[in-house]
Amino acid sequence: MKTGLAKITLALMAAGAISTSAHAATTLVYCSEGSPEGFNPAFYTAGTTFDATSKNMFNRLVEFKLGTTETEPGLAESYEVSSDGLEYTFHLRKGVKFHTSKDFTPTRDFNADDVIFTFDRQGNKDNPYHAVSGGSYEYFTGMGMDTLIKEMVKVDDYTVKFILTKPEAPFIANLAMDFASIFSKEQADFYMKKGTPEKLDIDPVATGPFQKVQYQKDSLIRYTAFEDYWKGKAQIDRLVFSITPDASVRYAKLKAGECDVMPYPNPADLKQMEADPNINLMSQEGLNVGYLAFNTQKEPFTDVRVRQALSLATDKSAIIDAVFQGAGKSAKNPIPPTMWSYNNNVVDYPYDPVKAKKLLAEAGYPDGFSTNIWAMPVQRPYNPNARRMAEIMQEDWSKIGVKAEIVSYEWGEYLNRSKNGEHDTVLLGWTGDNGDPDNFLYVLLGCDAVGGANRAQWCNEEFNNLLLKAKQTSDKAERTKEYEEAQVVFKREAPWITVAHSVVYEPIRKEVKGYKIDPLGGHYFYNVSK
Amino acid sequence: MFQFIFRRLSLVIPTFIGITLLTFTLIRLIPGDPIEVMAGERGVSAERHAELSAQLGFDKPLYVQYFHYVTGVLQGDLGNSLITREPVMKEFLTLFPATIELALCAAIFAILIGLPAGILAAVKRGTVIDHSVMTFSLTGYSMPIFWWALLLMLVFSVNLGWTPVSGRIDVVYWIEDVTGFMLIDSLLSDEAGAFSSAVAHLILPSIVLGTIPMAVIARMTRSSMLEVLSEDYIRTARAKGIAPWRVIVIHALRNALIPVITVIGLQVGILLSGAILTETVFAWPGIGKWLIESIGRRDYPVVQGGILIVACIIIVVNLLVDITYGIVNPRIRHSR
Repeated sequence: MKTGLAKITLALMAAGAISTSAHAATTLVYCSEGSPEGFNPAFYTAGTTFDATSKNMFNRLVEFKLGTTETEPGLAESYEVSSDGLEYTFHLRKGVKFHTSKDFTPTRDFNADDVIFTFDRQGNKDNPYHAVSGGSYEYFTGMGMDTLIKEMVKVDDYTVKFILTKPEAPFIANLAMDFASIFSKEQADFYMKKGTPEKLDIDPVATGPFQKVQYQKDSLIRYTAFEDYWKGKAQIDRLVFSITPDASVRYAKLKAGECDVMPYPNPADLKQMEADPNINLMSQEGLNVGYLAFNTQKEPFTDVRVRQALSLATDKSAIIDAVFQGAGKSAKNPIPPTMWSYNNNVVDYPYDPVKAKKLLAEAGYPDGFSTNIWAMPVQRPYNPNARRMAEIMQEDWSKIGVKAEIVSYEWGEYLNRSKNGEHDTVLLGWTGDNGDPDNFLYVLLGCDAVGGANRAQWCNEEFNNLLLKAKQTSDKAERTKEYEEAQVVFKREAPWITVAHSVVYEPIRKEVKGYKIDPLGGHYFYNVSK
Repeated sequence: MFQFIFRRLSLVIPTFIGITLLTFTLIRLIPGDPIEVMAGERGVSAERHAELSAQLGFDKPLYVQYFHYVTGVLQGDLGNSLITREPVMKEFLTLFPATIELALCAAIFAILIGLPAGILAAVKRGTVIDHSVMTFSLTGYSMPIFWWALLLMLVFSVNLGWTPVSGRIDVVYWIEDVTGFMLIDSLLSDEAGAFSSAVAHLILPSIVLGTIPMAVIARMTRSSMLEVLSEDYIRTARAKGIAPWRVIVIHALRNALIPVITVIGLQVGILLSGAILTETVFAWPGIGKWLIESIGRRDYPVVQGGILIVACIIIVVNLLVDITYGIVNPRIRHSR
């Protein structure tokens, strides 16, 4: 018996030795939260899809410097902006190779044709690829690129000029977004010729640090490090996305060593994670804001004193404790503190029910009034429990005589009705797309967005003019000044109660080195080693 | 026999029409616009909304949409997912092998434990064995699956390290998708240890998913056996001096099995239609999780198509059960 056991042990050890030598390649396992919607990032808006595609497979002309919201050169080595802000000339990097897929082997390096193809496909209805695979480019149109880009000119193989219809400073930040990931025109032509253009969106070759090898829906995605990556091969050899939808299970896998990095932990598990010697719990303030928007076109919220009174009557610290369980930071500005131009001099409305009551009386409502609070039916990063948040506000407001009824609808319905301004007050939030303040301030509070993402239905000339001015200059110092001023106007006018910025937590195994949290919410593995 | 099968089959057509109509209407009755859900906080402009509606065919009257859907189904086309844009049938076929694999293992577990336990409880009626079997099966029957799965996972995977936490195979094995069944694919691959890894990954999910069916089977077997054991012919058989095990296995069990087969059939049908909780907890890429996610996203084609296929599976399994009756009990076959 003993010898038998010893034999088995030896055999196992030998097998182990063989398998370690066969699998000496370092594999990093990321327990992702869901399947990507597809492999062309231009079609989608979900972070899950971007992690699996644009963040690790693709490159863009400009990219976000890892761990910041600032941009750095990507496939374009440099660019110039004309003095009127209408022409952007990009000088492209030479010697950039594309991946090789099962069907397709590229014969040339990345050049200007690829850039023009990528954007022309999305903006030009006559491009033969425009309608392929359903052809809806939500981010491209959502960021207004379809009306912004007037023309693209190929100056030579390595120079591309974008001519815009109007000066738009956030243009560069937009080009660092996922939808602007560069595709290979050669591969597109190859599939078009074969009559299977939709394959481009299933199995694209790109220029990024990892190439996709296998995808099994709802199970896993396998990548290998791209040997010829222009920045140099990644330090890990293989990258696996092990798709694990439940947060407790992701944590169990992390503990058992079945995954190295996991996103979106349960707030309840954080304490235990912090105490675990094998786990390094990383955290950073997220690029988001959770807010309550007053419908400023409806009585009594047309009166700024009423909005101020309710801001004074809301105890944010109670919300941070109860709703965010500490994983949030009280917000005073509509943009998060990690974003440039954040105005730290703005003074928030303190919790002061006495003053609130006085203001309300001045506005003509000494006994308060009846209203409603819309609470989202879903959990979002900027608001983990809208119902609870609404209840706390309801109680706070009742102390100054304001009786609020809590209302909720199915998510799609909720978004649609609040867009149309059917609410009195509505809870919602935003996660930044490109790290530009314009992406919060103008998108959510600009006059153009009334009837759309501007749930406060708030159009303030002073505020809006500052934003328009900031859009038109690419001088960052000047833009900063304008945005800082806009935040002061915002606070004074109080179209929102800015509730909180949530904190993002990412537990990783101790052996994982070089991982950085992306403030824009992505998960990048190029710099990681194990 | 053929007439019997034919009669059963003719009932399938109205059932089929009913299912298509029901799924088509029900998913549209849930409030929520798939385009709004897709767009999220950003929202879409009214023009873009109209454009997308037209593209997806939502601008047409409902009866036209239904007609399109049914014509598609009759030609074998279930439409494309609104999210992934892949054909519904293709997505189903990629995910279904995982569901079958798990369902069969769970069913084997449930039958292997449930059947003998039920027989034992009936034979040893009123003893400690009977009581403990019944207590266990009642506990199993009322077990909250989510909790049970996490408990087993914490004990066996995290603390003891005996079984893997979730997934279908260890990530070090790069298995090509040949049949979609991991047990078979891992055998086909030449990677040493892949097969045992696939088996290890099946253990906990099969136990979790098999727990309720096991309890149901054990209880059903016990009560059915008790009924049969009190029949006159069993007493006669015993009086004739036939060996006790022979009385139980040959004389009693065969008759007691009929209701048990019904129950097993129903349970297997349910297992094959996807196990939402088990699949979610163990990150098992099956159809239960797929359907639930598409309901959340208002992915109409997937919900309609997926439910239709699942309903067809249940119909087929029920048909097979009916036919099995005929084999086990000739009286059923002849009486119709």
